[in-house]
Amino acid sequence: MTDLAASPARPGRFAKIARSVGLLRESPIGMVGLTLVLFWVLIAIFADLLPLRDPLAQAGADLLTPALTPSPDGGHYWLGTDDKGRDILARLFYGSRLVLFWSGFATVVAYAVGMLMGVAAGYRGGWWDEIISFIGNVFLAFPQMVLYIVILSQLGPDSSAGQWLAGEGFSTVWVKGLTIVLAVMFATAPQVARIVRGLVLDLKTRDYVAAAEVRGETPIYIMIVELLPNARGPLIVDACLRLGYVTIAIAALGFLGLGLPPPDPDWGKMISEVRGYGTAAANAMIWPALAISTMVLGLNLLADGLREISLRD
Amino acid sequence: MLVLALRRLASMILIMFVISVLLFVFFEGDKVNLAARVLGQYSTMEGRLQWLEDNGYNRPLWVRYSSWLYGFLTGDWKDSAQFSAPVYDFLLPRLQNTAILGGLVFVATVAISLVLGVLSGVAEAGLRDRTITVVSVFTTSIPEFASATFLVAIFVYWLDWLPGSSSFSDGFSWVELILPVATLVIYNFGYYTRMTRASMAEVMNSQYVRTAVLKGLPYRRVVIRHALRNALIAPFTVMILQLNYLLSGVVVTEVFFAYDGYGKALYDAAMFGDVYLILAGAMIAVVVAVLSQFISDIGYTFLNPRIRFA
Repeated sequence: MTDLAASPARPGRFAKIARSVGLLRESPIGMVGLTLVLFWVLIAIFADLLPLRDPLAQAGADLLTPALTPSPDGGHYWLGTDDKGRDILARLFYGSRLVLFWSGFATVVAYAVGMLMGVAAGYRGGWWDEIISFIGNVFLAFPQMVLYIVILSQLGPDSSAGQWLAGEGFSTVWVKGLTIVLAVMFATAPQVARIVRGLVLDLKTRDYVAAAEVRGETPIYIMIVELLPNARGPLIVDACLRLGYVTIAIAALGFLGLGLPPPDPDWGKMISEVRGYGTAAANAMIWPALAISTMVLGLNLLADGLREISLRD
Repeated sequence: MLVLALRRLASMILIMFVISVLLFVFFEGDKVNLAARVLGQYSTMEGRLQWLEDNGYNRPLWVRYSSWLYGFLTGDWKDSAQFSAPVYDFLLPRLQNTAILGGLVFVATVAISLVLGVLSGVAEAGLRDRTITVVSVFTTSIPEFASATFLVAIFVYWLDWLPGSSSFSDGFSWVELILPVATLVIYNFGYYTRMTRASMAEVMNSQYVRTAVLKGLPYRRVVIRHALRNALIAPFTVMILQLNYLLSGVVVTEVFFAYDGYGKALYDAAMFGDVYLILAGAMIAVVVAVLSQFISDIGYTFLNPRIRFA
């Protein structure tokens, strides 16, 4: 993988990135998307610097208060409190760290595996293609929720694999998080592989691949240095959409009680925790739903903008 | 065509075989916990082991697998450990419930997205097109549990017009179907609208549509008689693939509204480790996935005679 990181390091790389951002400015939809995504990224990075309450601190007297309720310390609960009297604004903002970190991590892992599967299937063809595509089809045909639950329950913190990781010094959050990453990988990598395979089938007939073969480069070199970088255009757009899907999937797992362990402020879990309280919980339910919607909307709009400018090139 | 069908069938059977074996192996390690869940938290270890023995869970894996496979093929889908009822009898009414939900969602999604997509695609880049495009990107970005949350907050808590649970506890009711159907339609129609729009816009720019307009045919007739059929090829194939989503992708919505369907049954079964119920559910899901893919391919050749399968 070091080759992959090193190869695009040509002069003018930053100029190219700057040019892409400049191009994105021509797409209003893309700019709105970028703004929404940046908003959550900046919130996640600078949550510590904002004047927020402790997201885990429980105020026993102020349960399920509506937005803008004055708080005993002289301030306000800007977005109200949840069923344990915790400040929703603080939980949302600190929660964005968890959401962005684990969705990003899971997407990167799924992409790495999916790209390797796809490029190997597309370039090697023959039995490689048959076997890799079959493995992919098995996981695509697997009902996704069953796949998630099987992996999360069989490899979670209570399983022997989880116990071993805990013995190696990983906290419960990490064990659970890594299991989620693995589950997302199994569900997502085959989809990525399918796209990459299609792209590679087209790219491998190009002259530069033939040139590399004549030079005597190894198949691994051709796959990683020649093929993958040239497939990056459509893949960047897809990665953006995929990150949105993964964010939804992880939040849905949180909602179903399969996500990160409490008391961490996972957005999906924030909804399911207060759902049982009826009308009084309406306020506490809406904000996390709004947060996840704006983040995914930002990613989708950004992907749209990127596609628009990539078609223009 | 026949060769294609046979190839698909062979690959489907192979996939079903691999998935069933994988599930068997996965849940083999979990069977003591299964016994604990069936007998309750305070049951003794001896009791649990006895339960496994009595219910045939202690036979060697391959014996259990062949027994399940034989039963599955001959119509005996074994008993669910959680509900102590035959899997087949348990699953059938739930599949019907999901079929009702999925059918309504499918019809509504197709109707809405075709109308909006055509309206949007015939006049590309106009105000109407812009509005429809923005709305469809917007609704597609809201995950099911988030839009369900908004709908419940508005229509159940605030306006108090609709029930927030759809468990059919007092028998079948159309009112209880409104929110789950709305949730799924909101999440899905945008994608198909954009699909139809792109396809329609492409056809409207084609030579033969321009010819039809230039030779003086009424605009409405050009759109409906000439453009629509060709514009529907791409969206049609994608919409058929939605059938698969409507079976396997509705878990969150069904759980949210306590809708007693296939998705919720599968979720409960997977949480409980109810292996025979999971197996049956997974097999049904695979068949539907492969079948919808196949119908979509066949429909594609039917609508577009230029495509031929070898």
